[in-house]
Amino acid sequence: MSLKAFHVVFILASLALCFGMSAWAFWQYSDNESSSQTHLLLGTFCLISGICLGIYGRYFLRKLRDVSYL
Amino acid sequence: MEIPYTVEPRKDTGLYNAKVGIWLFLASEVMLFGALFSSYILLRVGADVGEWPRDLLNVPIGTVNTLVLICSSVTVVLGWAALKQNNFAKYRMFQTITVLCAFAFVGIKSFEYYDKFTHYQVITKDGKVYDGHLHSRTAEQVVLQGHEIDASKGKAEGVRKAQKADKHGKEIVIKTSDIQKIGNYGPKHNTYMSIYFTLTGLHALHVIAGALVIAYILWPGARMWKTEPERYANRVEVSGLFWHFVDLVWIFLFPVLYLL
Repeated sequence: MSLKAFHVVFILASLALCFGMSAWAFWQYSDNESSSQTHLLLGTFCLISGICLGIYGRYFLRKLRDVSYL
Repeated sequence: MEIPYTVEPRKDTGLYNAKVGIWLFLASEVMLFGALFSSYILLRVGADVGEWPRDLLNVPIGTVNTLVLICSSVTVVLGWAALKQNNFAKYRMFQTITVLCAFAFVGIKSFEYYDKFTHYQVITKDGKVYDGHLHSRTAEQVVLQGHEIDASKGKAEGVRKAQKADKHGKEIVIKTSDIQKIGNYGPKHNTYMSIYFTLTGLHALHVIAGALVIAYILWPGARMWKTEPERYANRVEVSGLFWHFVDLVWIFLFPVLYLL
């Protein structure tokens, strides 16, 4: 597996983390016991980071189209 | 004697030797971290109710550190791509950012460690539990900035509830003669802190080692680019694979330690 292929795996894992953490933060924000503005900010930040990572992933795949996955 | 298969792939593996070597090494690393992750899960599910700490780590700081590592993975791969396009200056810029990200990560982690080593829990002879950051400590008294803990549902749960009610707490003065037990949130504080320091400490060592390798290839080892550019690009790829592994470990570590 080349660095290109491993990077794709890494970006997918990071995307899962960003969206998962965003969901966690919004869930914490909606929970009355642990709600705080930090969770709202964190959720928004992770959501935006996830979207940016998705855009970057597409850019990366296009840029390294000719490099092997092996 | 010339080292074989540093550039051209071996016929039986289809890969150059260094790539096979790094994947074998990463397989052993998976076993090392896998064993520690398994230990964590077994300890976590076996803990008594209320005794496993929650909300003890600073999630926003951990998030920033995660972002720093994700950025470093992006720059390491963009550096390698620049090298493949014969753009050495761009490669150098991206790899320098990678090394700086590594230092930033270790710096932020050190700050988190410092916070834990200055965070104390005191149990007095009359059974009261106090928790907070150490303000001062003399032979006569200990001053904490924190809370008195209701430990009826477990000390960890008591700490969590007290911090939720009042984040900063108040100044607490405790006479040394009244203290039965005092200790900071270092590795010996409880099971959670032990596994936290083991996992994150081992990971931080990997970050430092990876940064040193990348820095070596980037500066003293860069002479190879003039004599054997393909072999040099392969070295960069192999160091990038190790770096991605280290970052991927953190992608799993972060939610497990900070969020669950």
